[in-house]
Amino acid sequence: MRVSKRASAVAAIAAVALVAAGCGGGDDEESTGNSDKTANGAITIDGTQPANPLLPSATSETGGGDILDFMWTGLINYPPGGGAPVNAVAESIETSDAQTYTVKIKKAVKFHDGTEVKAKNFVDAWNFTANSDNGQQQASFFSDIEGYADVHTEDPDGEEGPQKAPPPKSPTMSGLAVVDDYTFTIKLAAANSIFPVKLGYSAYYPMPDSFFAATDKNEWGKKPVGNGPVKFVSWTDNVEIKLTRFDDYTLDDKVKIKDVTVKLYQDDTAAYADLLANNLDFQQQVPASSLAGEKWKTDLGTRALTVDIPVMQIIAFPIYDKRFQNKDLRRAVSLSINREEIASKIFFNTRKAATGWVAPGIPGADQYPCTTCKFDPDGAKAALQAAGGFQGEMVLYYNADASHKEWMEAAANSVASTLGITVRAEGMPTFAVFRQNIDAHKMTGPYRAGWQADYPDPENWLGPLYVTGASSNDGLYSNPQVDALYQEGSRMADANAAHAKFAESMKIVDDEVPSIPIVSVTQQAGVSNRVTGVKTNWVGSIDLSTVELV
Amino acid sequence: MGRYVLRRLLQLIPVFFGTTLLIYALVWAVPGDPFAGKCGDRACPDSYVQFMTEKYHLDDPWPLQYVFYMGHLLTGDFGQTFGGRDISEIIAQAYPNTLKLALVGLIIEAIIGLTAGVLTGLRRNGFLDNLVLVSTLFLLAIPTFVSGFLLQFILGVQFKIIDPTVSSEARFSELIVPGFVLASVSMAYVARLTRTSIAENSRSDYVRTAVAKGLPQRRVVGVHLLRNSLIPVVTFLGTDLGSLMGGAIVTEGIFSINGIGREVFRAITTKESATVVGIVVVLVMVYLLMNLLVDLLYAALDPRIRYE
Repeated sequence: MRVSKRASAVAAIAAVALVAAGCGGGDDEESTGNSDKTANGAITIDGTQPANPLLPSATSETGGGDILDFMWTGLINYPPGGGAPVNAVAESIETSDAQTYTVKIKKAVKFHDGTEVKAKNFVDAWNFTANSDNGQQQASFFSDIEGYADVHTEDPDGEEGPQKAPPPKSPTMSGLAVVDDYTFTIKLAAANSIFPVKLGYSAYYPMPDSFFAATDKNEWGKKPVGNGPVKFVSWTDNVEIKLTRFDDYTLDDKVKIKDVTVKLYQDDTAAYADLLANNLDFQQQVPASSLAGEKWKTDLGTRALTVDIPVMQIIAFPIYDKRFQNKDLRRAVSLSINREEIASKIFFNTRKAATGWVAPGIPGADQYPCTTCKFDPDGAKAALQAAGGFQGEMVLYYNADASHKEWMEAAANSVASTLGITVRAEGMPTFAVFRQNIDAHKMTGPYRAGWQADYPDPENWLGPLYVTGASSNDGLYSNPQVDALYQEGSRMADANAAHAKFAESMKIVDDEVPSIPIVSVTQQAGVSNRVTGVKTNWVGSIDLSTVELV
Repeated sequence: MGRYVLRRLLQLIPVFFGTTLLIYALVWAVPGDPFAGKCGDRACPDSYVQFMTEKYHLDDPWPLQYVFYMGHLLTGDFGQTFGGRDISEIIAQAYPNTLKLALVGLIIEAIIGLTAGVLTGLRRNGFLDNLVLVSTLFLLAIPTFVSGFLLQFILGVQFKIIDPTVSSEARFSELIVPGFVLASVSMAYVARLTRTSIAENSRSDYVRTAVAKGLPQRRVVGVHLLRNSLIPVVTFLGTDLGSLMGGAIVTEGIFSINGIGREVFRAITTKESATVVGIVVVLVMVYLLMNLLVDLLYAALDPRIRYE
C-alpha cells in the first residue's frame, strides 16, 4: 500500500494558521455573553493556497488537505493528541478475518447540499479515485482493495517507455459492494488488520451526487460540497478561503464558532506579524526566524503552543549502492551522529533527538526503539572496523530549497569527526530534482528523507518504508524476514497481536539500519488573545471544534 | 509622429515573439521533472503522470509545445496551471494588485525623489544637500527585505498604525507603506539623478540667457531648467515601473499582497511554462509600452526632439 501524505515536502513545515477575520461586525455583540459571542463569532487562521481544486481524490499537500479536513468528515476521526481512532460517519466497522470489512454508517448524516450521506457515496467516490482513466493523485490509497488492478492499470514499460498503460478492465473494484443505503462491504486483496485505521484520511471521504453529475470535476472542486462541520463559502486564489458553520451537522465534532476565514499567506513571517498584532487567531507553525533563542515564546507568552506532530527527519541509505550494503557501516554512521547536539544547537530544541523508529505521539511508539539512535563514538569506530572501513568520500544529500543545510552539515561533520572518514553534505537545487533522483534510484550517498504519518498507527512507519517493494521504500531495502513478519502481522484480525508482529519485524530493521532516524518534530503554534481552548489535531492543524472566543 | 508610433508598435511584434520563445526555452531548461516533487515524499502514480502529460503535451519537444501554446494565446486562451486554474484568471487577479503597488511606489519615488533632487541641485553643498546625500546612501544600502520587515514590525506590530499585512482588496491607503518600501532604492537614484542633472544644466547657456533676460527665478527653474533636466529622470522612472512590478516579489511576500511575484516564483519552481510565459508576456508588454511612452515624452520635454 502506498502512503503518501500531505507530506508537503515536509520541507518547510507548512504554516497553516487560522486567523480570525477580525473585520468588524463585533461591536454590537459586546453586551451579550461569551457563548453568544462564540456562536456568532468569526476567526481567521493561516493557510497556504491549495495546489489543486478542492477534491479529496486530487489533494496530497497540506494547503488543500487542511481545508478538506475542515469540510469533510470521514468514516472515523482521529482524536486530538493521538489515541485510538473513533467512529465518525461510521456506526460500526466489523471484520472476522481482517480481510472482509462490513461498514455500517450513521443515518441522517448530510452533505452541505442537503442530500444524505449513503453507502454508495463512499463506494462511488473510491472507485472514481482508483480509476486510472481519471488520473487522480490519491489512487494508490485503494491498492489494498480487491480488484484494484482492474481499475488502475500501470504503464508496462515505465514512464519513459513508448507503451502506454492499457485502459482499465472495469470501472469498479470488485472488492467494494453496496449492501443497502447504510451498509457496504470492503474486501481486501489480502488480509490487513490496520486497514480501518486509514479510513479517516481524506482520500476516503464520501462524495455527494452532485460531484458525480458534474462534467468538469475541476470546476466542481472550486466550489466543493462536503459533509463536515463547516461548509464552503468562497475561495479567492492566493487571498482567502471562507468557510461557515454547517448548522445541520449531526456528529460530535460540531464547531462552536460561526465563520472561519483561512487567509492564504505566501510568507510565514507575514502571518506571524498578523499573529503578533492579534489580526490572526491561529498560526500552525511560527516562522523559523522567530525560533532562534526561543524568541517566539517571549513574543507570544501564554499564546504559544508546543505540539508533538508525527513527523521525523531521517537519513536513508541507498541500499542499491554497493558501498552501503554492509549493515555494520550503516550502524557506524548511525552511532556516530550526535542527535542531542543537533536538536539543541541547530533546532533550538524544536526537534527532539530520535530514540525510536516511530514518532512519539503515535500510540504504542515506545514498542519500536532504535538501538543505534545514540551517540556512541567507540561503538561507531568498532562497527566501522567490522565493516572494513569506508573508501572514498561519503556525500550526504538534501534538497537546498528548504532549511535542511544546517542539520545535514552537522550530521556530516559528526560522522566525519567520529569515524575519521571524509564526509560532506551537498544540496540538490530543488525538491523536484531531489525527488527525481531518489525515484530513479540514482542517489550516490545517504540522503535526507522526511516522513509524515498518514494515519496514527506504528504500521505506517514500517510497511511503506521497509517492506520489499513498498511505495516509499526508496532505498530498495529488502529482507525476507521483515517482509514475512510484516505479512503475518497484517493478516491478524486482532490489532494487539498484529502490532506485536510489527514490533518483531521492526526489530530486524533496527538491527540492519536501512535508514537512520535523526530527530522527531514538534510544532510551534500560536493563537491570538481573542480565542480560547484551541487544540490541534494529531497532525498539528487546528481542531475547529475546540475554538471559542474570549 | 503617428507613423513613428505605428513603427514602434510594429516593432513590438518580433520582440513579443522573441521574448516569449526565450522564456519558454529557459523554463524548459530548468532541471527537474514537473511531477517529481508534486506528491510529497513519494512518486506520483503513473496514471496521474500519464494523464497530466497528455493533457499538457509534455511528451512533445518544447518548440512544438511553444507552437501549441502560442496558437492558444493568440486566440486569447492563456491555458491552465497543472492545478487546473485558468491562467487568465490568475493574471486578472494578481496584475491589478502589482500594478497598484508599483504605481504607488512610482508616485512616492517621483515626488520625494524629484523634490529632494531639485532642492539639493539648486543649493549644492549646503546642509540639506549633505542630509540627502547621507540618507540616500542609507536607503541604497538597506535591502528591501530589511526595510520591509522593519517598517512592518514598527508601524504594524509595535505602534499598530497600519495592519501588518494588506487585505484582499489591496486598497491604495494600505499600499503606501509597501509602496514606500518597494520604491526606497529607486527613490535614492531619482534624487541623485535629478540633483546631478540640475547641477549640470544650471551652468548651461540657455539658463544664463534666461537669467540675463530678467526672467523671475521661478520661471527659470520651473520651465527652462527643470524641463530639460528631467529627460534622464523620466527615462529612469518609465523603465522603473516595469522593474518595480517585476521586482515586487519580496515586498509582496512581506506584506502578503496577492501579486504576480508569488505566481511567477511558484510557476518557475514547478516548471509550469505556460504560467510563467503568460505572466511575463504581460510584463514585457508593460515594459515596452512604458518605453514608448518615455520616448514620446522626450518630445514634450525638449522641443528640439522631433519624431518623423
